[in-house]
This record gives sequence, structure tokens and C-alpha cells, in this order.
Amino acid sequence: MAKFEYAPAPESRAVVNIRPSYGLFIGGEFVQSTDGSTFKTISPSSEEVLAEVTEAGEADVNRAVLAARKAFDGPWGRLSGAERGKYLFRIARLLQERAREFAVLESLDNGKPIKESRDVDIPLAAAHFFYHAGWADKLEHAGLSAGTGQPPRPLGVVGQVIPWNFPLLMLSWKIAPALATGNTVVLKPAETTPLTALLFAEVCQQADLPAGVVNIVTGAGETGRRLVEHPRVDKVAFTGSTEVGKAIARSIAGTRKRATLELGGKAANIVFDDAAIDQAVEGIVNGIFFNQGHVCCAGSRLLVQENVAQDVIMRLKRRLQTLRVGDPLDKNTDVGAINSAAQLARIRELTEVAESEGATRWSAPCVLPDRGFWFAPTVFTGVSPAHRIAQEEVFGPVLSVLTFRTPAEAVAKANNTPYGLSAGIWTEKGSRILWMADHLRAGVVWANTFNRFDPTSPFGGYKESGYGREGGRHGLEAYVTTGATR
Amino acid sequence: MLGVGALTNTSLTTWLHGLPGVDQVGADARAAGLGTRSVKTTSKAWAVDTAIAMIDLTTLEGADTEGKVRSLCAKATTPDPGDPATPHVAAVCVYNDLVPVAVDALKGGNIHVAAVTTAFPSGRASMAVKLTDTRDALRAGADEIDMVIDRGAFLSGRYLQVFNEIAAIKEVCAEGSANGSPARLKVILETGELVTYDNVRRAAWLAMLAGASFIKTSTGKISPAATLPVTMIMLEAVRDWRDLTGTQIGVKAAGGIRTTKDAMKYLVVVNEIAGDDWLDPAWFRFGASGLLNDLLLQRQKLASGHYSGADYVTID
Repeated sequence: MAKFEYAPAPESRAVVNIRPSYGLFIGGEFVQSTDGSTFKTISPSSEEVLAEVTEAGEADVNRAVLAARKAFDGPWGRLSGAERGKYLFRIARLLQERAREFAVLESLDNGKPIKESRDVDIPLAAAHFFYHAGWADKLEHAGLSAGTGQPPRPLGVVGQVIPWNFPLLMLSWKIAPALATGNTVVLKPAETTPLTALLFAEVCQQADLPAGVVNIVTGAGETGRRLVEHPRVDKVAFTGSTEVGKAIARSIAGTRKRATLELGGKAANIVFDDAAIDQAVEGIVNGIFFNQGHVCCAGSRLLVQENVAQDVIMRLKRRLQTLRVGDPLDKNTDVGAINSAAQLARIRELTEVAESEGATRWSAPCVLPDRGFWFAPTVFTGVSPAHRIAQEEVFGPVLSVLTFRTPAEAVAKANNTPYGLSAGIWTEKGSRILWMADHLRAGVVWANTFNRFDPTSPFGGYKESGYGREGGRHGLEAYVTTGATR
Repeated sequence: MLGVGALTNTSLTTWLHGLPGVDQVGADARAAGLGTRSVKTTSKAWAVDTAIAMIDLTTLEGADTEGKVRSLCAKATTPDPGDPATPHVAAVCVYNDLVPVAVDALKGGNIHVAAVTTAFPSGRASMAVKLTDTRDALRAGADEIDMVIDRGAFLSGRYLQVFNEIAAIKEVCAEGSANGSPARLKVILETGELVTYDNVRRAAWLAMLAGASFIKTSTGKISPAATLPVTMIMLEAVRDWRDLTGTQIGVKAAGGIRTTKDAMKYLVVVNEIAGDDWLDPAWFRFGASGLLNDLLLQRQKLASGHYSGADYVTID
């Protein structure tokens, strides 16, 4: 028994009012489905049913797209950038005012620890709206018109499909730039995490956003497919698996639709022997155990210089024993629940394969709750690049440890993946950071930190991690045209 | 330990500069993260009592008098006259000349008497003076010595000089206090003057190499005094030292810790960085004066359910 046990410190659920059932948010109001069905969304930490949600059918999606079209051709399309910016500022402030409510709801529906939803997801979501609010009246000065001289103009209706790992944050990554540039949106949240998007719909009402500018249709893959393939959608923005991303790319091939795809990753977190070792260990932990490893840019492959590997692994294991796994609403929880039974099954399958392929498994000793979907933070040592665990995205709290001897070998191993979303470098030598960053084929390279996000910084991948950038000035490009009027 | 035949400044420098660096941004973020732990109800009650028992109740003013020290000693023994279950503090910390007063006031109890020596707080005196200063305190009955390192020597790279001074004071401490047992030596790094975290780590290791029983952040006379990240780095040092040598060394965070909330953060850092073994007055101390009363107010609040007020705890 430890001397200093932290007593339970649960955040109150009372701040959130979850309705028993939700319709679809179309044309500025919650409406009943015409041809859809319903499904239940559960809390992954307890398997408790939180609410019944609508699975939008074909007619529903059509209605949502037409509502977005009408808003684009109507009041929203005629607004000046400055006026659009005011709405975005208003939404940003409302997200801050209702931050606690959003944080609790996010942790309930997604399973992530409250400290993450409270300190990362919700503040960053608000920051994205603030940042893009500032761009709304400055688009002509964003350097988007190179070559054509034409002012940037919106594309029209954007169909957006987002994942379950950062539900509200991914929503804001999608909606904020779309609205700042003058587009209208139909967004489909992931089927396991629809609730914060539906609460966001209330914020849109509260902000008096014109009807149809933001529409939220809930549902699973089929709803997403209908949205993406709808002929009156002008642009598709998707964050999710590479498999679905490829299907989307195929389905819109030959159409006039534009797409940005932010897909999977298998990032290398590279630790050199001269790294600040205690901070590097923190970076490894943050890289793969942040958000239960449900992070597309997670540092799931640790590449550690062989001469310090033993020491780093010893320190890492010691550190992992202090991670607190459990109730997402407890303010002291570091690692929450796996988002769904399906994801848990996938993690279990890949870790079993890793063991059968000869990697050595170590899991942090922790008592997992009886109900809900849980997986103890796990480290695989003795992993070789040929193992599936070193190649495939696990999307869970599972780290593979590989070693290298020279910077060139580190680069070769880091790049030896179909993905290319992110990478981390840990060294005290500045020149090595620059050399490595030049040679790593990854959209984001972090040096002596990991999983740092900022709305001013473009985010996106190389290779099968997708195309297009989100955030920063670059992120605006995906939502405007500067060519001849279509 | 250093694996060299003759200890030179060069070998010492090579060794200390071979320690892994500390990334300031990362260290600050880690400490801030630990600072968000929520310590409530039963764990808070435990932590408040533990923090009280870890205090080196301190007065280090030019205006200190016999009367002031006597009342401080009374407070140290009975922090809350209204609740005899309140633990006593770990030690009373005074200047050299007031040690006899403290020893007399605390006799028969098991509260330590700590003396600041070696020309505290600047350390700007000859070695002969520093040794005499320390011997004086021990002769008067102090059983813990809080010495300062020569920051000037450290910053100009004369590590061997710093090492030798600590080792010499350590020898004096080993000769024992008036009651015969060796005095514990706390080495004050004065991290506010070392500035960088790399320096803090090197100074911590240097002090441990030279024989410190405790490494201590600050004199309390320089701002910043103790900070959470600096204390964390020192806790990492003692943790790694034990892994390497099997010997446990204590840490004292001194100065600037005034509230229960702050103290809770330090205990969380002790718990999660160094571990259980350091959660003991023998291995972790707070050098403080005002902190005690805030802890007592919180203790009363936990027991009674409501806050009392500054008039319900004694001044000293």
C-alpha cells in the first residue's frame, strides 16, 4: 500500500444535461430524421448508455446538404469577412464559457481523462475558432492568390467527416477554417462520440449563426459515405483511417470535389544518447500514452540509440508505474478508457500478434475497472522493423521499442513506413535536430517535445498519412479557390 | 565513484558535464503537470500532517532574539495547542549563536536543531572561518548543519574547490555534535544563483559526491528560492544517486513555500518522482516559517468543516 494515495477527485457530471435522444441539426434546428434509424452512444468507461442518437439516412443527408447550399447562396455568402469573424469570435467565447460542460461531456462520451479534455481538447478547440476568426477579414492578405491575382473565394458546401479520438477538437479544426473562408458545412461526427458535436450545435444556435451554415448529421460509415458522395458537396475534409481515406479518394476521383485527408500514422520518436533523458522519457510517455494512444500522430515507435536503450527503458517502465489508469472523470486520471469494444479488440489482436512474432511484452501494473473498455499501458521491446507491431497503426496505448546506432540509421528506420504524419527528435545538439528534420519524411517534426498543437501551425501528412494541411495560413488554402469562377 | 586515481578539477568537470542535460521547457511542463494533481479529503489530511512533520521551522533574521527562538521552539513542539494530535515539526533552524537557546528549549524532545553555518547566506569567508563556524554550532548542540556552497567557485568552474569544502565540513559533522552522534549535513545549492537547471543537476551531484546527507535548494535570502521544477530536478538526482550507489540522500525545499496548496504540490512531486521512501521527515523537509500556520488552518478546516482564521493559530 502506497503511503500517499490520492483520494477520488471526480469532476461533477451535474454540469452537463444530456438529453435522452437527439435528432439531427439541419438548417439551424434539431429535426427528426425522415428515413434514418437510431443508435445508442455509450460511455466507454462504464458501458452506460448516454443517449439515443439518430443515424441519418440518405434523405437526411440530402436535406442537410441542401440547407448548407441554401445558406451559402443566401445570407452567409453575402456576409463580409469581418461579419463572419464576429460569429467565429462569438463561438470561441461560448466554447470557453461552457468549457467545463464540454470537457465533462467529452470525457463521458469518449473515455479520455478529464484533465486532457479540460486542459487540451476544449481550450485548443476554442483557440482554433479564435485564430480563424482573425483570418476571416484578412484572407486577401494571406498569400493565397499567388499566380492568379484573384481574391480567395469560398468553395461552397463542405462535407466533413471526423474521428472519435478528439471529437470537439477535430470539429473545430474542420469548421473554423471552413466558416472563416465563407463556406458552409455539413459535418458528421464519429458514431461513438457524437455528443459534443450536438452540444456544439446548441452553441451555434446560441451564437445566432445563420441557419444552415453548420449542419450536424450523426451516423456511422454509411452516413459518412452518403455525405462524401453527395453531388452537391464541393469539398470533402476527412480525418480518420487510411483505409477509409483511400475509399473516399476513390469515390471522388473524377469529380470536381476537392479533398483534404488526414489519415493514419506510425510516428517515430527518436531518442539520442545526448538527450535530456528525464524529459525524453516524459516525451515518450506523452507521445504514446496521451489520449490512450488514440492519436494519429502518436509516437508509437520509440527509436532509441542502442547505447542508452537499457537506461531509457528502465526509466520509462518506472515512469509508467506512476500512470493512473481509471475513471475518466477523476481529475487525477492520466489514462482513460479505450473508446470502443471494436478498438479494444483491434489493440488486443495486434498485441497478441506482436507476442507471437517474438516481441517482449511489458504492461504497467494497474488495476483495470471491471466494466468498460480498458487496456493497460504496454511496451514492446525487442521489436524489429519486420514485426506487424512496428508497421501497423495500433491506435492504442502500446509502444514499440526499436534501437539504432547512427543518425542515418535512425532516419532510415523512421522513414521505413507507408505513413508520414509526425516524428520526434530528442537531442541536445541543435545541428542534429535540423539535419534530422530535413531528412525525416513527416508532416510534423517535433524537437525535444511531442504532441504539441497550435492553431497557427499547419498539420498534415506525407505519403499514406494523407494530403492537405490543417491549421495555420496553409490550412486556409484547402477551403478557397483563387481560380476562375466556377 | 568517479573512477579516477587522483581527483582533479578536470576529472570532476568531465564527470559533471557528462550528466544528461535538463531541458528547461520539458522540466517546467512536467512539474506544472504534477502541480495539477487534486489532493482532497483523506489524502489531504494525511498530506497536511506529513507536511507539518517535515518542516524545519526557521528564523534567520538579524533581529532574532532569545525570546523569539524560545517561542518558535514552543510552536515547533506544540504547533496547535487546541489539538494535541497535531504532529510536531522536524527541526528548528536558527543561526549559530542561538543554537544553545534552541537546544535548551527543545531538550527532552525529538525535534532536531539545525544551524546555518559556513558564513550563511553568502558563504563568502575563508575556509578556516567556515570550519570554525560549523564546529561552533556542533559544540553548542546542533545536530543538523545547513551549509552553503561557494556559488562563485561553482559558477567559475572550480568544482574541486566546492567539493573539498563540502567534504571538509562533512568531516567536521562526522566528528559529531555535543551528544556524540554525527550531525546530518544539508548542503544548500542556492539554486536561485545557479540559474540553469543543468547547473542545479551538476551542483546536486557534486554535493552528493562530496558527502551531503541532504541537498537543499536555497537559503531563503535569494529570489527565487525553492521552485517546484528545481525541487523536482533535485529529487531526480537523489533517486538516480540511490540507483547508482544504494545510498539514500534527502532533499530540502526551502524558501517561498507558504501555502498548503504549495506544500501539497511538493509532496506530489516527492511521491511521483522519488517515490514512497522519500515521503518521510528523515528524507524530505520544508524550510519554512509561514507555511506551518497555513497547514494548521487547513488541518482545523478538515477537522471542523469550516475555516477559522488567522487569530485561531498562534503567531509563533
